[in-house]
Amino acid sequence: MSIPDPLLEAIRLLLERDPYTLSVIRLSLQVSVASLALGAVVGLPVGIALGMTRFAGRIGFLILVNAAMGLPPVVAGLTIFMALRNEGTFGDAGLLFTPSAMVIAQVPLAAPLIAGIIMAAVSAIPRDLRLQARALGAGRVREALMLMREARASLLAACIAGFGVTISEVGAILITGGNLLVGGENYTRTMTTAIVLETRLGNFGRATAFALILLAVIVLVNVFLTRAQVTKAQ
Amino acid sequence: MTTKRIALACLIVLAAACRPGVSRSGETFVLATTTSTHDSGLLHHLTAEFEREHPALRVKVVAVGSGEALELGRRGDADVLLAHSPTQEETFMEQGLGLSRSPAMSNQFVISGPKPDRADVTSATSAADAFHRVAKSRSEFLSRGDGSGTHAREIGLWEKAGIAPFSEGWYLETGQGMAETLIIASERGSYLLTDTSTLAVMRDKVGLTILFSRDPILVNPYHVIVSAKARHLVAARTFASWIIGSKGQALIGDFGRREFGVPLFTPETG
Repeated sequence: MSIPDPLLEAIRLLLERDPYTLSVIRLSLQVSVASLALGAVVGLPVGIALGMTRFAGRIGFLILVNAAMGLPPVVAGLTIFMALRNEGTFGDAGLLFTPSAMVIAQVPLAAPLIAGIIMAAVSAIPRDLRLQARALGAGRVREALMLMREARASLLAACIAGFGVTISEVGAILITGGNLLVGGENYTRTMTTAIVLETRLGNFGRATAFALILLAVIVLVNVFLTRAQVTKAQ
Repeated sequence: MTTKRIALACLIVLAAACRPGVSRSGETFVLATTTSTHDSGLLHHLTAEFEREHPALRVKVVAVGSGEALELGRRGDADVLLAHSPTQEETFMEQGLGLSRSPAMSNQFVISGPKPDRADVTSATSAADAFHRVAKSRSEFLSRGDGSGTHAREIGLWEKAGIAPFSEGWYLETGQGMAETLIIASERGSYLLTDTSTLAVMRDKVGLTILFSRDPILVNPYHVIVSAKARHLVAARTFASWIIGSKGQALIGDFGRREFGVPLFTPETG
């Protein structure tokens, strides 16, 4: 057979602990988790604030968050690329074509998802519960913390959605990361950019093997997140 | 009444313009070619004229590395190939995967890099010497790393220089096309091997200069190959003979003269 069986190839790469494959998987997870964490730092407060308050002009913010959920990754990537170029506003930071640049490019993809899902969850929490908390003397911060506890399951849902977006994303990280190897070792190559590369090289078997590994990783991470979500909800 | 008719006519024209694949009839064949011929705009220049002369034929251009172009030809996913990786092409022909292979044109590889030229590549006496200087000064070198003809040529030059830089910290691989790699090199201030055609097209966008070019080893020949598994054999043959014919060769020799002052590719004949 001239065509390598991609599934066998995927299993072989994992069993033999192929250093290149493992480092590509590792970087994918690192970039995805880091952008998710930073996205939560931005998205969580925004989501809670929009969920627990009612003010004139709130609709404007809702539209902004909802529209940002549809931000095309490649646009995020291009924007960060332009900012990090030598001639760009943050060119002196020397961050272009580093894993950090890839994370920065993915934060605007994760943050609106988290903000949107948390906002919906917080809005859905019965008003009585909040009035009760207020009556018991809880301040705004205490109230927000309580709402967060109530919305834990949704927080995980937001993480699941955010992880799905960041781990599968290719446009933004290819532009800002450059798909680089340094001295033959992985530097800014993720599973998605590696799939693009292997397909372009005509290594369809290798590309499919990487695709299978990527899917397996996504399923595995979701097994943990979903179980945590179910436990939390109970 | 007249306004309505004009509006209707506009709509029809618009619809026709939006859906070229549907409204234009004719046989579509696939030309697999390298990113350099595509990125430079040569391919568009050629296919537009070819389609004008052959209204019944449509060219679908797939721009990939030479390695993948040959792979597409091997599988019959491409009917005709324009590649620049002579060794790989010869193997392809020996395996009986191609019906014909003819020289179509050539361009030039150059060693390009940042200003100031830290590795002093400008003073090199040969391409191998230039690579020596990069390695000796441990200056960052950016490889295509994508199995393309340019990548194969670069590896050949390292071998000729007697250096294996592939695990050095200053040796980077992009796995991407020539234009993308030029942009990354420009941002990082790296040295690299590039073809003059892509560099000419990108010259306003990248801060790189030609540092070394005077070595006959850096000539980059392109061949047109008709795949043995071509699904549109007649069309593929028509295109192959057209491109090496007087019209195709004249178009190649003329391309870039107006925009860049110099032709980007040298035709094989004439």
